[in-house]
Amino acid sequence: MKEKILAVIEKNSRIDLKELAILLGEEEADVANAIAEMEQENIICGYHTLINWDNTSEEKVSALIEVRVTPQRGMGFDHIAERIYQYPEVHAVYLMSGAYDFTVILEGKSMRDVAQFVSEKLSTLDSVLSTATHFVLKKYKDHGTILTKKANSDERMLITP
Amino acid sequence: MRSFISDKCRDIKPSGIRKFFDVVNDMPDAISLGVGEPDFDTPWFIRDEGIYSLEKGRTFYTSNAGLKELREEIAAYLNRRLGLDYDPIHQILVTVGGSEGIDVALRAMLNPGDEVLIPEPCYVSYLPCTQLADGKAVPLPLKEENEFRLTAEQLEAAITPKTKILVMPFPNNPTGAIMTREDLEPVAEVVKKYDLFVISDEIYSELTYTDAHVSIASLPGMQERTLVINGFSKAYAMTGWRLGYAAGPEDLIGEMTKIHQFAIMCAPTTSQYAAVQAMKNGDGEVAKMRESYNQRRRFVVHTLREMGMHCFEPLGAFYVFPSIQPYGMSSEEFAGRLLEEEKVAVVPGNAFGDSGEGFIRISYAYSLRDLKKALERVRNFVERLERQSHD
Repeated sequence: MKEKILAVIEKNSRIDLKELAILLGEEEADVANAIAEMEQENIICGYHTLINWDNTSEEKVSALIEVRVTPQRGMGFDHIAERIYQYPEVHAVYLMSGAYDFTVILEGKSMRDVAQFVSEKLSTLDSVLSTATHFVLKKYKDHGTILTKKANSDERMLITP
Repeated sequence: MRSFISDKCRDIKPSGIRKFFDVVNDMPDAISLGVGEPDFDTPWFIRDEGIYSLEKGRTFYTSNAGLKELREEIAAYLNRRLGLDYDPIHQILVTVGGSEGIDVALRAMLNPGDEVLIPEPCYVSYLPCTQLADGKAVPLPLKEENEFRLTAEQLEAAITPKTKILVMPFPNNPTGAIMTREDLEPVAEVVKKYDLFVISDEIYSELTYTDAHVSIASLPGMQERTLVINGFSKAYAMTGWRLGYAAGPEDLIGEMTKIHQFAIMCAPTTSQYAAVQAMKNGDGEVAKMRESYNQRRRFVVHTLREMGMHCFEPLGAFYVFPSIQPYGMSSEEFAGRLLEEEKVAVVPGNAFGDSGEGFIRISYAYSLRDLKKALERVRNFVERLERQSHD
């Protein structure tokens, strides 16, 4: 049941409990308990809204930064990651396989904002060897959702056998 | 000028759905619960393969029976999913949708006056295709108290010396009924006892919500007297690609291929290449769509019952078939007023045969949001009817 709950609320976290229980053919109380458990276990980490900021008047800049680091003695990657993810402007931090170590996704008000963060905060960390900053020009799809498409119109014929 | 239309064709009644279609089309703001096709787009990897085949210039005819590679994949699929064993070269024909398979099979098998037993309510083409092939269609009206399943008793009672074919339309459009192995076994015994042949239309075979679909062809002694009709439309959301297939005994497939060759030449090449991908890599996508339909099925049944409508639990396809008998009007009247007063289009049950009278078909191949909106209007409508009947 838990996997099925997750599959539904990953796409629609605003669904109400009663309805979710109907969709899954389960008792409402059981669904509520399962969700509470998953919140406890940090399986469900939050309920966010996917916003396409490009369609608002708000100025926002996103950047993806490749970061190479040297882990210090007694300080593994986790510790360096923590130094990075504590900054509120850091949107996401992933440890990577391959040519560099971390992907840091940053959201700032302007390119200057981002540049300042990289040069003053990120690059100055002892363990950081180098950074490469890529600005996002346009978001087409995020969290499995196509952002550029208008709300679906149903082109099927109204009645078919 | 004299009339150039054949009497046989003129005698065919137009589909009951057609009539309703024209009414609905004049109402642009109507919400429809009337479609018989998936709301999903064809999964991208399948579409991509179709596009790629065009890019490669694969725009020629295929062999009449279909791409060998596709027939091999179909054989593998039928084995994997239904435990059936077919020779891809001699026992499988790729058709233009399941509906071509039905037509060609009836034409290949019927002599004038041969009787075809057709459980109703059912898809709209078996009866006219039988008539066009000079057969005599004999409806078997299924009952709601049997959950719209065919019983061996009902079958046996309808058999005459002229009976040749039994059509098995399960999972069923419009009722959503399925036939389990236990339901099929006694029916198969009667079929063997009277030496009948079965055309089993299993186009909704991937859409069952409790147990996996069982093909009547997989029962002992049945494969040699069954033609399995299936296709890509419902399982892979590929209605517009017009691609289906028939699997059955070699001599029948051979004769069907003859008609198919003269009438159609071959199924669309682009669709065939795309379908190879569907068969090879589609099981996961199908499972996802099935789960999504199942959720909506539960929601619709729950909501209809909550508003006091009587509705047996459909375990297959993507339709519910609630009874409207308590409201004291015909299916057409109910559907007509629902459309007029609340602008919701459903299909009157009698469009699927006389025994569908007293029911309406509601399709749940819509987004949850659309379903909610439409069902809210249905609720307004039936509540108003109830108030009126109490006045």
